[in-house]
Amino acid sequence: MENYLNIDHVSIEFPTPNGPFKALDNVNLKINKGEFVSIIGHSGCGKSTVMNIVGGLYKATTGGVILEGREVNEPGPDRAIVFQNHSLFPWLSCYENVELAVKSVFKGKKSKAEMKDWIEHNIDLVHMSHAKHKLPAEISGGMKQRIGIARALAMEPKVLLMDEPFGALDALTRAHLQDSLMEIQTELNNTVIMITHDVDEAVLLSDKIVMMTNGPAASIGDVLNVDLARPRQRLELADDPQYNHFRSEVIHFLHERHARKVA
Amino acid sequence: MKDKIIAFFEVTGLTWFIPLVKLLTNDNPQLQAQTLFKMVGIPMLAIIIFIGLWHVGAAKVDTSLGQLPGPSQVWQQTQVLVDEHYAEREKEVKFYQRQQIRNAEKLAKNPEATIKVRPYTGRTTFFDQILTSLWTVFVGFVIASIIAIPIGIISGLSNTLYSAINPLVQIFKPISPLAWLPIVTMVVSAVYVSQDPMFSKSFVTSAITVTLCSLWPTLINTAVGVSSIDRDLINVGRVLRLNYATTVFKIVIPSSIPMIFTGLRISLGIGWMVLIAAEMLAQNPGLGKFVWDEFQNGSSSSLSRIMVAVVTIGIIGFLLDLIMLTIQKAFSYDKNAVIR
Repeated sequence: MENYLNIDHVSIEFPTPNGPFKALDNVNLKINKGEFVSIIGHSGCGKSTVMNIVGGLYKATTGGVILEGREVNEPGPDRAIVFQNHSLFPWLSCYENVELAVKSVFKGKKSKAEMKDWIEHNIDLVHMSHAKHKLPAEISGGMKQRIGIARALAMEPKVLLMDEPFGALDALTRAHLQDSLMEIQTELNNTVIMITHDVDEAVLLSDKIVMMTNGPAASIGDVLNVDLARPRQRLELADDPQYNHFRSEVIHFLHERHARKVA
Repeated sequence: MKDKIIAFFEVTGLTWFIPLVKLLTNDNPQLQAQTLFKMVGIPMLAIIIFIGLWHVGAAKVDTSLGQLPGPSQVWQQTQVLVDEHYAEREKEVKFYQRQQIRNAEKLAKNPEATIKVRPYTGRTTFFDQILTSLWTVFVGFVIASIIAIPIGIISGLSNTLYSAINPLVQIFKPISPLAWLPIVTMVVSAVYVSQDPMFSKSFVTSAITVTLCSLWPTLINTAVGVSSIDRDLINVGRVLRLNYATTVFKIVIPSSIPMIFTGLRISLGIGWMVLIAAEMLAQNPGLGKFVWDEFQNGSSSSLSRIMVAVVTIGIIGFLLDLIMLTIQKAFSYDKNAVIR
């Protein structure tokens, strides 16, 4: 199915005291069903803004987003978001966090027992069954993000949006979570948009890497098709010339063609 | 068993019992003795030094009611007040016994006789007054909380409402209970008119004064707690398409619970402080009235008795705060946060 998600000529302006600030200019992106797309760029280039528009949290000034032939202009569980800082409700246990999402999305569609199974299935998917009754404050940052992913997956989204999901984690934990995410992706084959500033992460996980120019008025600079075979293994890829080629493409884009003027 | 006891003391805030329990169960005695000394020994030492200074200092001040009482005279009066309480209770019991016997005799002579049970109208003792004070502050505090929390929540949710309420709060917040009291007294006298009043006017006046002064910390903290909620949590609610009521009850209120309890704790502290002043002027039969009556009485033991009341007020205030701290800890979802 072609053009499952269509980001069509999207521009956005934010009002500021010194007049409108144009953050995005004419962003065009077509994403197929089951594709894993990373958006990469320097900080402040409007990556997150693109995601927030797809998520419906911001409204594009001109242009729009079409998902399965329908325009989206408000947030909804069909575009579940994994936030950078996990955003779990700190007063609810891991299980209850997922439960809150499942209960509001599948109200009237699933029975109580079905909901329970579905919640546990998703917690199991991110390997968190052992700590499901703990509060977010009692588990590590990586574990919190796993639950954040479980919560988003439990909404059965058409598109999974991830805003620098592993940005706040240490390198080893990040690698673990990336492996888990690949594993889940093999199983579910979701359509995913992930914001990142990590080149390795982008190449390892994505089918397509969208590289953005610097803001203000940022737009898409280049799109790289990463046609590495799946399943991908971190270790094998480390010495893979193709992998390194993609990696250097992204690095060249970021640091040569669109280097930030002020670091 | 031991772990359960320790967990209990942790929750109740009686943390200095923990090393004691560990010491008794022989868990690294040397370390426990050290912690115990730090937690109990040092405060005790400070108290002893304070009492010593009080003893020496008080002896040098002569008032029109005699020498300023030192710790020993205050302790003596404490015992007198306890004895008075028991004596009064005994009198009460005897009063009712006498009445019962008299009524029984009356009924024996004439089974149709109407009998009356007259209530005992003896003096209120120091401990009755403590209870009155606690009840009054409780009523005032509960009314304040019932008003302040909802207003705090809605003004935290809406910037417009916040700007509307903020100046009023800022103006009313610093007003002394002594300034409110005449107004409250007049309004209560005018409005609270009934043949068979459930509460005495002095009680209503005192409680309302407490309410007026303890509203603000809860209101402000609730509003700040609600308005400083993490935007991402609200966004999660938006993604889930929760309606307004669900967002408020499932996201906004739970996330501001710790701030609400911080406010409540400050409010109760202020309420207790205000109450004593209110009782003095409104003549509500609590600790405030006790202090005032003793001051007017001006006997040689008056100053000592006032000091007993002062220490009692302090200890009760401390205990109330400890209770609130315990509740605050129980409701805090971040168990690592240091709440003192």
